[in-house]
Amino acid sequence: MSTTATTETEPETTSLADLLQRVEALEAERSKQIKKKNKLTIIAWGGNLDQIWPTTILATTAAASGMESSVFFTFWGLFAIVKPEVRITGDNWMQKMMSVMNPGSAQKAKLSRYHFGGAGPAMFKKLARDHQVATPDELIALANDLGVRLIPCQMTMDLLGLKRDDLIDGLEEPIGAATALAEMRDAAVSLFISRRRRSASRPALAERGC
Amino acid sequence: MDVITRTVDAKGQSCPGPLVALARALKDARTGDLFELLATDPGSRSDVPSWAEISGNELLEAEVLDDDSFRYVIRKVA
Repeated sequence: MSTTATTETEPETTSLADLLQRVEALEAERSKQIKKKNKLTIIAWGGNLDQIWPTTILATTAAASGMESSVFFTFWGLFAIVKPEVRITGDNWMQKMMSVMNPGSAQKAKLSRYHFGGAGPAMFKKLARDHQVATPDELIALANDLGVRLIPCQMTMDLLGLKRDDLIDGLEEPIGAATALAEMRDAAVSLFISRRRRSASRPALAERGC
Repeated sequence: MDVITRTVDAKGQSCPGPLVALARALKDARTGDLFELLATDPGSRSDVPSWAEISGNELLEAEVLDDDSFRYVIRKVA
Protein backbone atom coordinates (compact mmCIF):
# COMPACT_ATOMS: atom_id res chain seq x y z
CA MET A 1 0.00 0.00 0.00
CA SER A 2 2.59 2.48 1.12
CA THR A 3 4.80 1.69 -1.86
CA THR A 4 2.01 2.49 -4.26
CA ALA A 5 1.42 5.79 -2.50
CA THR A 6 5.05 6.84 -2.96
CA THR A 7 5.12 5.86 -6.58
CA GLU A 8 1.97 7.88 -7.10
CA THR A 9 3.16 11.03 -5.38
CA GLU A 10 6.72 10.99 -6.64
CA PRO A 11 6.00 11.68 -10.29
CA GLU A 12 3.53 14.35 -9.17
CA THR A 13 6.17 16.31 -7.24
CA THR A 14 8.69 16.07 -10.05
CA SER A 15 6.11 17.21 -12.58
CA LEU A 16 5.25 20.17 -10.36
CA ALA A 17 8.92 21.15 -10.18
CA ASP A 18 9.14 20.62 -13.90
CA LEU A 19 6.08 22.79 -14.41
CA LEU A 20 7.50 25.56 -12.25
CA GLN A 21 10.71 25.45 -14.22
CA ARG A 22 8.78 25.69 -17.46
CA VAL A 23 6.77 28.64 -16.19
CA GLU A 24 9.99 30.39 -15.18
CA ALA A 25 11.52 29.72 -18.58
CA LEU A 26 8.42 31.04 -20.31
CA GLU A 27 8.36 34.13 -18.14
CA ALA A 28 12.03 34.78 -18.92
CA GLU A 29 11.31 34.31 -22.62
CA ARG A 30 8.32 36.64 -22.43
CA SER A 31 10.28 39.39 -20.75
CA LYS A 32 12.59 39.41 -23.80
CA GLN A 33 9.68 39.84 -26.19
CA ILE A 34 9.00 43.22 -27.68
CA LYS A 35 5.60 44.76 -27.20
CA LYS A 36 4.60 46.42 -30.45
CA LYS A 37 2.68 49.66 -30.25
CA ASN A 38 0.05 51.01 -32.61
CA LYS A 39 2.79 53.07 -34.14
CA LEU A 40 4.37 53.93 -37.48
CA THR A 41 8.06 54.68 -37.84
CA ILE A 42 9.45 55.77 -41.19
CA ILE A 43 13.11 56.10 -42.04
CA ALA A 44 13.08 58.88 -44.61
CA TRP A 45 16.28 58.17 -46.50
CA GLY A 46 15.14 59.48 -49.87
CA GLY A 47 14.60 63.22 -50.18
CA ASN A 48 13.15 63.30 -53.67
CA LEU A 49 9.62 64.53 -54.23
CA ASP A 50 8.32 61.04 -55.04
CA GLN A 51 9.83 59.74 -51.80
CA ILE A 52 9.09 62.54 -49.39
CA TRP A 53 5.49 62.66 -50.63
CA PRO A 54 4.44 59.12 -49.62
CA THR A 55 6.52 59.51 -46.46
CA THR A 56 4.56 62.55 -45.34
CA ILE A 57 1.20 61.18 -46.52
CA LEU A 58 1.64 57.99 -44.50
CA ALA A 59 2.98 59.80 -41.44
CA THR A 60 0.08 62.27 -41.33
CA THR A 61 -2.53 59.58 -42.05
CA ALA A 62 -1.16 57.46 -39.21
CA ALA A 63 -1.39 60.41 -36.84
CA ALA A 64 -4.92 61.17 -38.05
CA SER A 65 -5.82 57.55 -37.33
CA GLY A 66 -4.69 57.81 -33.75
CA MET A 67 -1.42 55.97 -34.29
CA GLU A 68 1.84 57.18 -32.87
CA SER A 69 3.88 58.38 -35.80
CA SER A 70 7.54 59.25 -36.15
CA VAL A 71 9.80 60.02 -39.10
CA PHE A 72 13.56 59.73 -38.87
CA PHE A 73 15.27 61.85 -41.52
CA THR A 74 18.64 60.65 -42.72
CA PHE A 75 20.89 61.13 -45.77
CA TRP A 76 18.96 62.72 -48.66
CA GLY A 77 15.83 62.83 -46.57
CA LEU A 78 17.47 65.55 -44.47
CA PHE A 79 17.52 67.98 -47.40
CA ALA A 80 13.71 67.83 -47.46
CA ILE A 81 13.61 69.44 -44.00
CA VAL A 82 16.11 72.20 -44.71
CA LYS A 83 14.52 75.66 -44.46
CA PRO A 84 13.50 76.86 -47.94
CA GLU A 85 15.41 80.12 -47.52
CA VAL A 86 18.67 78.37 -46.66
CA ARG A 87 20.72 78.17 -49.85
CA ILE A 88 24.14 76.66 -49.27
CA THR A 89 24.93 74.56 -46.24
CA GLY A 90 28.11 72.95 -44.97
CA ASP A 91 31.57 74.09 -43.98
CA ASN A 92 33.76 72.68 -46.73
CA TRP A 93 33.50 72.52 -50.52
CA MET A 94 32.29 68.92 -50.49
CA GLN A 95 29.39 69.64 -48.14
CA LYS A 96 28.62 72.85 -50.01
CA MET A 97 28.59 71.01 -53.33
CA MET A 98 26.27 68.43 -51.82
CA SER A 99 23.85 71.16 -50.75
CA VAL A 100 23.94 72.79 -54.21
CA MET A 101 23.10 69.44 -55.78
CA ASN A 102 20.30 68.86 -53.28
CA PRO A 103 18.48 72.17 -52.87
CA GLY A 104 16.93 72.26 -49.41
CA SER A 105 13.24 71.98 -48.42
CA ALA A 106 10.48 69.73 -49.69
CA GLN A 107 9.37 72.58 -51.96
CA LYS A 108 12.53 72.24 -54.04
CA ALA A 109 12.73 68.44 -53.97
CA LYS A 110 13.46 66.82 -57.32
CA LEU A 111 11.74 63.86 -58.92
CA SER A 112 13.82 60.69 -58.99
CA ARG A 113 12.61 60.10 -62.54
CA TYR A 114 11.15 62.44 -65.19
CA HIS A 115 12.70 65.39 -63.44
CA PHE A 116 13.28 67.19 -66.78
CA GLY A 117 15.20 70.04 -65.19
CA GLY A 118 12.36 70.86 -62.82
CA ALA A 119 9.49 70.55 -65.32
CA GLY A 120 8.49 67.19 -63.82
CA PRO A 121 8.02 68.46 -60.26
CA ALA A 122 6.23 71.57 -61.55
CA MET A 123 3.82 69.33 -63.47
CA PHE A 124 3.34 67.13 -60.44
CA LYS A 125 2.53 70.10 -58.22
CA LYS A 126 0.10 71.46 -60.80
CA LEU A 127 -1.66 68.08 -60.84
CA ALA A 128 -1.62 68.04 -57.03
CA ARG A 129 -3.22 71.49 -56.91
CA ASP A 130 -5.88 70.45 -59.42
CA HIS A 131 -6.68 67.36 -57.37
CA GLN A 132 -6.41 69.20 -54.04
CA VAL A 133 -3.62 66.95 -52.85
CA ALA A 134 -1.45 68.59 -50.21
CA THR A 135 2.18 69.04 -51.25
CA PRO A 136 5.01 67.59 -49.14
CA ASP A 137 5.90 70.92 -47.56
CA GLU A 138 2.24 71.40 -46.59
CA LEU A 139 2.18 67.82 -45.31
CA ILE A 140 5.29 68.40 -43.19
CA ALA A 141 3.59 71.40 -41.58
CA LEU A 142 0.45 69.28 -41.11
CA ALA A 143 2.53 66.45 -39.62
CA ASN A 144 3.94 68.89 -37.11
CA ASP A 145 0.44 70.01 -36.29
CA LEU A 146 -0.86 66.47 -35.83
CA GLY A 147 1.96 65.58 -33.45
CA VAL A 148 4.05 63.47 -35.82
CA ARG A 149 7.55 63.31 -34.35
CA LEU A 150 10.01 64.56 -36.95
CA ILE A 151 13.52 63.53 -35.97
CA PRO A 152 16.74 64.34 -37.81
CA CYS A 153 19.74 61.99 -37.80
CA GLN A 154 22.71 63.51 -35.98
CA MET A 155 25.41 61.58 -37.85
CA THR A 156 24.22 62.49 -41.36
CA MET A 157 23.69 66.09 -40.25
CA ASP A 158 27.37 66.18 -39.27
CA LEU A 159 28.40 64.38 -42.44
CA LEU A 160 26.50 66.77 -44.71
CA GLY A 161 27.41 69.80 -42.61
CA LEU A 162 23.80 70.61 -41.71
CA LYS A 163 23.27 72.69 -38.59
CA ARG A 164 20.18 72.61 -36.42
CA ASP A 165 19.48 76.19 -37.60
CA ASP A 166 19.52 75.08 -41.26
CA LEU A 167 16.57 72.81 -40.58
CA ILE A 168 12.91 73.77 -40.26
CA ASP A 169 11.31 74.46 -36.89
CA GLY A 170 9.27 71.90 -35.00
CA LEU A 171 11.78 69.06 -35.23
CA GLU A 172 12.82 66.94 -32.28
CA GLU A 173 16.41 66.85 -31.09
CA PRO A 174 18.70 64.93 -33.50
CA ILE A 175 19.22 61.29 -32.59
CA GLY A 176 21.54 58.42 -33.52
CA ALA A 177 21.07 54.97 -35.03
CA ALA A 178 20.35 53.23 -31.74
CA THR A 179 17.52 55.61 -30.91
CA ALA A 180 16.21 55.20 -34.45
CA LEU A 181 16.25 51.44 -33.93
CA ALA A 182 14.41 51.87 -30.64
CA GLU A 183 11.78 53.88 -32.55
CA MET A 184 11.37 51.06 -35.08
CA ARG A 185 11.59 48.27 -32.54
CA ASP A 186 8.26 48.96 -30.88
CA ALA A 187 6.44 50.16 -33.98
CA ALA A 188 3.90 47.78 -35.48
CA VAL A 189 4.75 49.33 -38.85
CA SER A 190 8.23 50.48 -39.78
CA LEU A 191 9.30 51.52 -43.23
CA PHE A 192 12.47 52.57 -44.98
CA ILE A 193 11.77 54.90 -47.90
CA SER A 194 14.71 54.72 -50.27
CA ARG A 195 15.69 55.77 -53.73
CA ARG A 196 14.48 53.82 -56.71
CA ARG A 197 16.74 51.15 -58.05
CA ARG A 198 18.75 51.81 -61.15
CA SER A 199 16.60 51.03 -64.17
CA ALA A 200 17.37 48.13 -66.46
CA SER A 201 18.17 50.51 -69.30
CA ARG A 202 20.96 52.08 -67.25
CA PRO A 203 23.01 49.18 -65.92
CA ALA A 204 25.32 49.81 -63.00
CA LEU A 205 28.94 50.67 -63.81
CA ALA A 206 30.12 47.26 -62.61
CA GLU A 207 27.68 45.51 -64.93
CA ARG A 208 29.01 47.51 -67.86
CA GLY A 209 32.48 46.31 -67.04
CA CYS A 210 33.77 49.64 -65.75
CA MET B 1 -32.40 58.86 -33.82
CA ASP B 2 -29.11 60.36 -32.80
CA VAL B 3 -28.28 63.87 -33.83
CA ILE B 4 -25.23 64.65 -35.97
CA THR B 5 -22.89 66.76 -33.85
CA ARG B 6 -20.97 68.18 -36.76
CA THR B 7 -20.65 67.92 -40.51
CA VAL B 8 -17.14 67.80 -41.96
CA ASP B 9 -17.18 68.87 -45.58
CA ALA B 10 -14.07 67.48 -47.25
CA LYS B 11 -15.45 67.57 -50.77
CA GLY B 12 -12.77 68.10 -53.38
CA GLN B 13 -9.97 67.02 -51.07
CA SER B 14 -7.75 64.07 -51.90
CA CYS B 15 -6.07 61.50 -49.69
CA PRO B 16 -5.31 62.03 -46.84
CA GLY B 17 -7.32 65.31 -46.73
CA PRO B 18 -10.75 63.94 -45.71
CA LEU B 19 -9.27 61.80 -42.94
CA VAL B 20 -7.16 64.62 -41.57
CA ALA B 21 -10.21 66.92 -41.59
CA LEU B 22 -12.22 64.24 -39.80
CA ALA B 23 -9.50 63.53 -37.24
CA ARG B 24 -9.21 67.25 -36.50
CA ALA B 25 -12.96 67.57 -35.96
CA LEU B 26 -12.98 64.52 -33.68
CA LYS B 27 -10.09 65.77 -31.59
CA ASP B 28 -12.13 68.20 -29.53
CA ALA B 29 -15.31 66.14 -29.56
CA ARG B 30 -16.77 64.01 -26.82
CA THR B 31 -17.04 60.23 -26.91
CA GLY B 32 -20.31 59.25 -28.52
CA ASP B 33 -20.55 62.35 -30.70
CA LEU B 34 -21.75 61.71 -34.23
CA PHE B 35 -19.97 63.10 -37.26
CA GLU B 36 -21.01 63.37 -40.84
CA LEU B 37 -18.18 63.32 -43.38
CA LEU B 38 -18.82 64.48 -46.92
CA ALA B 39 -16.21 63.60 -49.53
CA THR B 40 -15.70 63.27 -53.26
CA ASP B 41 -12.45 61.29 -53.07
CA PRO B 42 -13.27 57.77 -54.37
CA GLY B 43 -10.41 56.48 -52.21
CA SER B 44 -12.45 57.39 -49.16
CA ARG B 45 -14.67 54.34 -49.80
CA SER B 46 -11.88 52.08 -48.58
CA ASP B 47 -9.99 54.65 -46.52
CA VAL B 48 -12.76 55.69 -44.13
CA PRO B 49 -13.51 52.08 -43.03
CA SER B 50 -9.75 51.45 -42.63
CA TRP B 51 -9.34 54.65 -40.67
CA ALA B 52 -12.24 53.65 -38.40
CA GLU B 53 -10.63 50.27 -37.79
CA ILE B 54 -7.19 51.69 -36.98
CA SER B 55 -8.43 54.58 -34.90
CA GLY B 56 -11.07 52.54 -33.08
CA ASN B 57 -13.97 54.79 -34.04
CA GLU B 58 -17.26 53.46 -35.30
CA LEU B 59 -18.41 53.81 -38.88
CA LEU B 60 -22.20 53.73 -38.79
CA GLU B 61 -23.16 54.63 -42.32
CA ALA B 62 -21.48 54.83 -45.70
CA GLU B 63 -23.43 55.86 -48.75
CA VAL B 64 -23.10 57.23 -52.25
CA LEU B 65 -25.21 60.34 -52.76
CA ASP B 66 -27.09 61.30 -55.92
CA ASP B 67 -24.26 63.58 -57.04
CA ASP B 68 -21.81 60.63 -56.81
CA SER B 69 -20.21 62.06 -53.69
CA PHE B 70 -19.85 60.07 -50.50
CA ARG B 71 -21.38 60.46 -47.08
CA TYR B 72 -20.19 58.75 -43.94
CA VAL B 73 -21.49 58.80 -40.40
CA ILE B 74 -18.92 58.17 -37.69
CA ARG B 75 -19.32 57.82 -33.95
CA LYS B 76 -16.41 58.95 -31.85
CA VAL B 77 -15.29 56.07 -29.64
CA ALA B 78 -11.55 56.53 -29.18
